[in-house]
This record gives sequence, structure tokens and C-alpha cells, in this order.
Amino acid sequence: MFDNNLRGMIDDVRNGRMDRRAFVKRMIAVGLTAPLANQILAIGGVAMAQSPNPYKPTKRGGGGPLKLLWWQGPTLLNPHFATGTKDQDGSRIFYEPLASWDVDGHLNPILAAEIPSLQNGGLAADAKSVVWKLKPGVKWHDGKPFSADDVVFTWEYASDPATAAVSSATYAGMTVEKVDDLTIRIKFKDPTPFWANAFVGAYGCIIPKHLFAEFKGGKSREASTNLKPVGTGPYKFIEFKPGDLIRGEINADYHMANRPYFDTIEMKGGGDAVSAARAVIQTGEYDFAWNIQVEDEVLLRLEKGGKGKTLYAVGGDIEFIAINFTDPNTEVDGERSSMKTKHPILSDPRVRQALALLVDRESIKKVIYGRAGRATANYLNGPEEFVSKNTKWEFSVEKASALLEQAGWKAGSDGIREKDGKKLKLLYQTSINGPRQKTQAIVKQACQKAGIDVELKSVVASVFFSSDVANPDTYAHFYADIEMFQIPMTQPDPALHMRRYHSRNVSTKENKWQGPNFPRWVNKDFDAAVDAADTETDPIKRADLYIKCNDLMWQDTVMIPVMHRLAVEACSNTLRPALSGWANQTDNLQDWYRET
Amino acid sequence: MSQYILRRLMIAIPSLLGISVVLFVVLALAPGDPFSELATNPNVPPEVQAALRTKFGLDDPIYLRYLHWLAAMVQGDWGFSFVSRINVDTLILQRLPTTLYVIGSAQLLALLIAIPVGVYAATRPYSLFDQLANTFAFIGFSLPTFFTGILFILVFSVKLDWLPFVYTDVPGSGIPWLLEMIRQAIMPVMVLGLFQAASMTRFVRSAMLDVIRLDYVTTARAKGLGQTKVIVKHVMRNAMIPVVTLIALQMPAVFGGAIVTEQIFRIPGIGSLLISSILANDTPVVMAVTFVFACLVVLFNLIADVLYGWLDPRISFR
Repeated sequence: MFDNNLRGMIDDVRNGRMDRRAFVKRMIAVGLTAPLANQILAIGGVAMAQSPNPYKPTKRGGGGPLKLLWWQGPTLLNPHFATGTKDQDGSRIFYEPLASWDVDGHLNPILAAEIPSLQNGGLAADAKSVVWKLKPGVKWHDGKPFSADDVVFTWEYASDPATAAVSSATYAGMTVEKVDDLTIRIKFKDPTPFWANAFVGAYGCIIPKHLFAEFKGGKSREASTNLKPVGTGPYKFIEFKPGDLIRGEINADYHMANRPYFDTIEMKGGGDAVSAARAVIQTGEYDFAWNIQVEDEVLLRLEKGGKGKTLYAVGGDIEFIAINFTDPNTEVDGERSSMKTKHPILSDPRVRQALALLVDRESIKKVIYGRAGRATANYLNGPEEFVSKNTKWEFSVEKASALLEQAGWKAGSDGIREKDGKKLKLLYQTSINGPRQKTQAIVKQACQKAGIDVELKSVVASVFFSSDVANPDTYAHFYADIEMFQIPMTQPDPALHMRRYHSRNVSTKENKWQGPNFPRWVNKDFDAAVDAADTETDPIKRADLYIKCNDLMWQDTVMIPVMHRLAVEACSNTLRPALSGWANQTDNLQDWYRET
Repeated sequence: MSQYILRRLMIAIPSLLGISVVLFVVLALAPGDPFSELATNPNVPPEVQAALRTKFGLDDPIYLRYLHWLAAMVQGDWGFSFVSRINVDTLILQRLPTTLYVIGSAQLLALLIAIPVGVYAATRPYSLFDQLANTFAFIGFSLPTFFTGILFILVFSVKLDWLPFVYTDVPGSGIPWLLEMIRQAIMPVMVLGLFQAASMTRFVRSAMLDVIRLDYVTTARAKGLGQTKVIVKHVMRNAMIPVVTLIALQMPAVFGGAIVTEQIFRIPGIGSLLISSILANDTPVVMAVTFVFACLVVLFNLIADVLYGWLDPRISFR
């Protein structure tokens, strides 16, 4: 029924019977968010409104310096080599994509003249091609004109395996062709409902053909432009010291009116998050600090200083406890946690459910994450149209104990449950990180009350997240019973986020533990839903499929979501940054200004 | 003398080779890899990470990687950083001026405090001045720099708002630029300098006390020489021999930076480069920095030995 209503409403908008703002409002009322509503409209044939960020300055420049503090400094400035978000943030000062995700999660045209839609002929009905029209008159910082050739080249550059670009997956499975000097067409091999991945956001940054043409493929490292970026962005490059400092100055030829506001920009790296927060909030030495993963209690205390405050951007990052479906203690063919084994304790769904009941999300939020977290039962927490309303969570030691009793785990003499002479003992691993160790302690305490003996293990982050085949302590080997970390959602679409757990992606010795399905969970219904969603062009059916995926993970207790985490930034009281939970912090840098 | 120096340099070669092997093996055995940040990014499939490892030769056996590194190093090619894909020598040279400026100033400050205070305290042992100097020296070297650093920040930046606590290379030139460079270096230089000065004062004092009791000093006094002349020309010159060793061995640290202090004040020095490279498993950078450090230690040891001969002509080189 909802389905039919929605279709009617889309028609109303298309025919002008309903205004798009009213449509978006109604969608929000039923639980969809603005970005989704807009994508629905786009696919339904209604052009996306250009919804620029609020911007008050009436002339270019004159804003003095903008001082940014990134406690991990960018180490390289080629957006297609960017290993971490810090590098993407730094590159994005100089390079620009065709469109960015704005504060509300809409596509905001940057180098594109307009956002493709069915109405303007940009999108094909079969979701197999996209036509982007480029903004005329844009110049690279060296004065050369920007054209479709640069966009096509960017695709060639990033998709060439010899370049070893980290963005290669973004540009795989498609061809890009030049239609005319200001138009390009992307052709997808398969129907691609989420078309706004290539040329959008961090990995979408366009690089100049005239400077990189010789350095495609094996010679990619030798390009001097890797260190001295020449882009189209609001600020021109002055200086770069890896891990320490980026400096830029205003681009007087910038292609957007009255932008940018600041005369110079400085991005300083190094130090730690707490002192970065202090430099912005307490002493006001800097205007903005990135990724302030600090306990809320500390931030609240700093905020009493009054020169700055914290800002929160809602995205889809999820901190969770994953459950191992295979046995980490039995070795088969030189491999623990082998697909040929079953976890002796956790393969019983009642034990998994009991564990989910023992994660006290409310306390974890109160004690650790504060304003930077939201308790949730879902693995998939955004964008809104993909969020399931069918799930719920609770914390109850009694219910958990009852479930364990049912499963045959009886209390032993030392308070630890046992069954057939075996103790109920679990190894719980995570990376070394203050909040994670505290969460471990909270969960362990609750488990003890329910008679589960939990052994805690913390691994240095650089090891835990490494792809080292020989190291048994990585998250992908998962040689533990349960493990906890965070998976970020880098774009407002769940396809990549959910495809991980397809059974073909199971992490094994055979694929050198590169399969992203580390819980080694196999569920035919889930596989079918993910496969269907990958090619489903109807946005409503597609959203339903992803909700079903999420619900299957919840029913099977594959993941115990701990916290839906928000991005936390520290910002001076006068600065007006344009932030989005769906993009890098600098993705809308051209719209930043200072209130005087 | 030149033969002596040559011989010492020849002996240094095998020891440097040994150092490089140990460093390389330890780094290669250490877990983790430079691309771990990619692991949880759903946009980046694991094949990309694997391709990068292969491209940078991280999957080769250790001995091959070591031989590659050594062959390149002998030809003056320091390799490039896996993390920033920049040549390592560029990376180090970028950081060197700041390191020399901040750490060098700190060492200078330490010397300027330690020598006069140590000498004066030794001439009046157990006087009020000596007691005070000793007390402060004990406090000074008992407090680690990460504590005094944060204390300074709380007092001078947060409470009094006099000094900035983020060190950054400000652009510009002229007097205002110079003043700004000095202003932001005050806290780190004080923290490091006072820490060094504390232990050095104790050292100078005891070296002076050893010499000041000797017979030739009494003779000099009996000849009717003035106190200043006796102390400066007769006592200090001999007492400085152990101090010179200490200073010479600390010189490599001037180039190597100070990891903790650099981290606290965000000083873009070699120390912070080293720690971030270690955390990121950026082997070529760690190798280069530690190896240069090893070379400097060997070199300054030699310089110290040569200086002995100048300070005390009785010491001969064989």
C-alpha cells in the first residue's frame, strides 16, 4: 500500500500537483530521509533540486585564514591514492568531484552543471547509463580549461590496475565516454541503481589529464603533481609537508560566485584528539578539528571554556560485536575458524540471542559515547529509507539466563555455566582504543552475571586491521569467539555495506582472509536478497530488500550492534562549516564561512 | 691522527651493517602493514590492498627485501615512503630544519644553564646555592617531559593564554615572523631544555668536584692566581672531558628529535616522523631515520674521542 501511495506521490510531483518540498517532508514523516526521498524522486523522473548549503558572504575572499586541525595529518595529496579519510580530506581542498553530498545528503553539483535525472535525460530507465553535463568555463589552477577529457581520463587512470589506485573499485564495471567537450556518459555493465558513486565524493575527484597523462599505470608514483596538486578547487596549493601541514590560498578564478570566503587555508596535522579539541574549543588557536573521538565527559568539560563547541554529523557508521559461526579453536587444513567447522557454543541461536540481550547499549551510550552515539538494534542505520522498523533490542540478564538454561547451559559450582562438562567461556577481541576497552568491560560484567566467562583480548589497531596473511590477530582471521569494531558507511547507499556478508565473500585461508564476510555467516535468503538488490532499479523494492537483509542479520544474531556512531567535530563558535555525515568533512569546503 | 680516524671509520662499517640487519629484521617481523586503514573501508575491496602490497614488494621474503634496500642505500637511494609515496630523503630534509631549531635550542639552553650553575655550585659545595641547584635538578629530571609539557600547556596556554601550544611553520619573513617563531618555540624548548639541564647540571658539578680537589689546583692557587683564572683555565678544562663525551653522545639526539615533546606540541620534527612511520609500518622511513641515527652516534663518538686529544694533549691516538 505504501508502495502505491508513493508512486502516486511521485507522479504528483512530476506533474506539478505537489511541490517537491512537500514530498520530502512527507517522506521524512514516514521515516525516509531527505537524501533518499530525493533519490526516489530522481529515479521516479523528477529532477533533483539544487539545494546549496546556506551561504551568506556576498563577495569572494576577505575572510582571513581558515585554520584546520587534523590530528592525523594527511600524508599524500592524490585523491586516488588516499589510504585514509585524512588523505581524502586533504586532497579535497584542491580537487573536486562532479558532485558532493551536502548537509542534508542531497547531491550538490560542483563540477557538474546539473544533477542527472530521468527528467533531464541524465539517467536511463534501465539504470545502465548516466549522462553528466559539466559546468562550462571551469579552469584548473594552472589556467588550463577543464573538460570532459579530464573526466574520462580520471576513469582510465583509476581503473588501470597498474596505477594501483585505491579508488579502482569505484570505477570498475563501467566505461566512460566523452559525448562532447562538456558531456560524458557512464555505461554500466549491469543495472546500477546507485549511480552516484563514480565521480562523486572523495574518490570522485577529477584529476587534470594534462599533468597526469604520462603517469598513468606503473609510473603513477613519479608524478610531481602527486605532491603539488593542481585542481579546480576553491583553494590553490602552496605547501605540503606529509603528516604535518597543508597550506593553500584563495583561488581567485573559482567557478562558484562569492566563494570561497577565506583568503588562506591551513591544515595542520599531528598530536592527539583531546589536545586538538582543546586547541579549538578551549584556546581558540584553531577553527576546526576533525574526528574528535573523545569521551563526552571530557568534551562537556572543555565546552565550558566557550570559544568553540562540538558538532555532530549523522551517517551510518556502526560499532558492533560480530559473532563467529565457525570454530576458532579447531584447526582444519592449517586454518582455524575454518568453514568446515561449526562453532561449538555459538552455533546455537539461543546462545547468540542471549549474548545480544547482555549488551547494555544504554549504559554504553551514557558512559562512553554520550552525544556521539545512538543505541540501535540495526546493523544498517541509514539513510533513513533503508532503516528497518521491525527490530528491537533490550538489555535483560534474566531473559538471557533463561535462554541459556533452555539451551542446556546449567550453572556450575563456580557460577560459570556448563554443559556436558564444558564451561561456557568466550574470547572477546577488539582493537586497542579507550572506548572499546570500556565497552568490553561493560559487556563482560553483564555476561558474568548471566554465567558466561568472557576472556578479553585487545590487539593493536595496526595489527587488528592489517591484511597480513601470516598474522592470526587480524579481524579478518577472526580467531576468537566474538569481536568488536566499527565499519564506516562511506556513501549514502547500503549496497557495499550489506554485500560484505554474502556467502561468496566468506573470509578463508583460500582467499588469504580477504573475504569481507568475517563472521563466516551463510544464509541463502540473505544472499538472494543482496543479489536481487544489486540490480533492482525500483527504489522502493530495493529499500525493502535491504531492510530484509538487515532483519535477517538481526533474526540470526550475526551482529550485535553496539552503537550507531556519529561523526564528532570541534568547531569555533564563529565558523559555519558545511558538514555531512555522508561525506568527508571537507566535501563542501567551498561553502564554509565565518559569521562576524 | 688521520690514520686513527681512518681506522675507526673502517671499524664502523661492519657495526653499521650489523645494526641495519637487526633493524630490518625487527621491522619485518613486526606485525601490521602500511595499508591497514583500507581494511574497513567498504569502498575498497581487499584486492586493492593486496595489489599495493605486491607493488611495493611487501610480499617478498625478508632477505630479498633487505638486499634490495641495502643495494639501493649504497647507491644513495633511500627509497620512498609507502604511506606518502615520497622519497624518504625529501621527507627527512623537510623535517630537519625544525628539528635542529627546536632541539638544538633546547640543548643550547641546557648547556647555558648547566655549565654556569654546575661550575658555581661545585666551587661552593653545600652552600645554599648548591642545595637549591641540587633540589631543582632532582625535581627537573624526575619529572618526565610528557608531564611538564602538559603542565606548561595548561598554565601558559589554557589558563594564561600567553603562548600557542600548536607549533606550526608560520609563513612570512621579517621581525614579526621571527618573533612568532620564537614565541611558539618557547614552551617546547623550555620543557626539553630544562629536563636536559637538570641532569647535566649534576654531571658538571660532580666532574668539577673531582678535579677541584686535585693537588695541581692547590698549586695554582698557591702561585697566587685569581679564583676566576684557576676555575676557568685550570679546573674547567680538565673537568670538561667527561662533559664533552656526554654532550657528543647527545648530539645525535638533536638530529633525531624528541618523540614525546614533538607529539605534545605537534612539532614537525624527525621524532614525530619516526613515531608516525612506526605506527603506520612505513619500513623505508623507519629504516632511514634509525640508520641515520646509528651513523650519527658512531660519528659523534669519534668526534668526542678526537676532542679528548685537544682538551688533554696527554691522550694520544694509537
